[in-house]
Amino acid sequence: MTTTRSITLECLRYNPEQDVEPHLQTYDVPYTEDMSLLQGLQYIKDHVDGSLTFRWSCRMAICGSCGAMVNGVPMLSCHTFLRDLVPGPVRVEALTHFPIVRDLAIDQSDFLHKLESVKPYIITDQPRTPADGASVQTPAQIDDYYQFSECINCLLCYAACPQYGLNGKFTGPAALALLHRYNADSRDEGKAERMEVINDETGVWGCTLVGLCSEVCPKGVDPARAINQNKINSTKDYFMRSVTPRGRRSP
Amino acid sequence: MSAPRTYTRPMGLWWQRLPFYRRYLLREATCAFVIGYALMLLFGLWRLGQGRAAFEAWRAALAAPASLVFHAFALVAITFHAWTWFEVMPKTLPYIRWHGRRVADSTIVRGGLLAAGLASLLVLALAWGTLT
Repeated sequence: MTTTRSITLECLRYNPEQDVEPHLQTYDVPYTEDMSLLQGLQYIKDHVDGSLTFRWSCRMAICGSCGAMVNGVPMLSCHTFLRDLVPGPVRVEALTHFPIVRDLAIDQSDFLHKLESVKPYIITDQPRTPADGASVQTPAQIDDYYQFSECINCLLCYAACPQYGLNGKFTGPAALALLHRYNADSRDEGKAERMEVINDETGVWGCTLVGLCSEVCPKGVDPARAINQNKINSTKDYFMRSVTPRGRRSP
Repeated sequence: MSAPRTYTRPMGLWWQRLPFYRRYLLREATCAFVIGYALMLLFGLWRLGQGRAAFEAWRAALAAPASLVFHAFALVAITFHAWTWFEVMPKTLPYIRWHGRRVADSTIVRGGLLAAGLASLLVLALAWGTLT
């Protein structure tokens, strides 16, 4: 005779229309070896409590929708397995450092503004058209930026970063990693335009290399590396500005 | 339809949430010992400038029990400081290529720790020679 195993999920609930502050609600979820935490949440929504609200889409760690705090660690719920969380109870909360809209769904608008601010597109001195033909890159040139292009904007790094939590103005790991992705791309000529974002106290200098961002990143982007490499670039830029004040094109 | 009233959780005692954060703050706290040791050395330099008697008095003070306790803690703290420093050093450097392949982070970490260790042994050897 087989007994169904179950695990307890304690989910942080918050209904903006009814609640003053969030509270934990406990659910028992029967699980199998192959079930992800996302499937656990879906079980709750389908069979126990239809009001539980959470974002998800691809269920394969590529869309970046399903981020949540799992026992205090930011993880993708589709990428986290219930078998690894036994015996439980498992505390499931919305990503920290972001305002909660409802239950496990957060307000990402601050991040979206920061994403825009880093100019995340190829900038060339002269506009390019298809008539100019294809750009050519060697494997080494692609290697320079490729890992930083893997970001799925899941915001686990922002939830991990205490500097972002303490100072919401910090541009943050993912945005700065994407900035570095474009600076490191051989096709891009827009480094000077992005310098202002890098050099600011809310740019790379807001980072104290806690390093948890790179640990929790599900795609291996390593934002800590992207940011801290640019501290050297920022220092060089500062030095060059002091020596040749009119030497740089103003952004 | 108005925007929903969002809830922002306070940071509170954030470093207690994860062992990773505690280790990070411990790493940062070791700088207190780095500063303390640097000030002690600067003080010794100043005493050296005041003449042999002053310098010898400073050296004798280093052997006091309180000083030895400080040095014991400082040794542990600065060893941890150096270890964690080299742990993160690869993140601060651009990728280095050697014969077309990236130098692995672990190589940089080990290289840094080895250099620090050898330098420490060298200083210890030099200092040992001055013991009367």
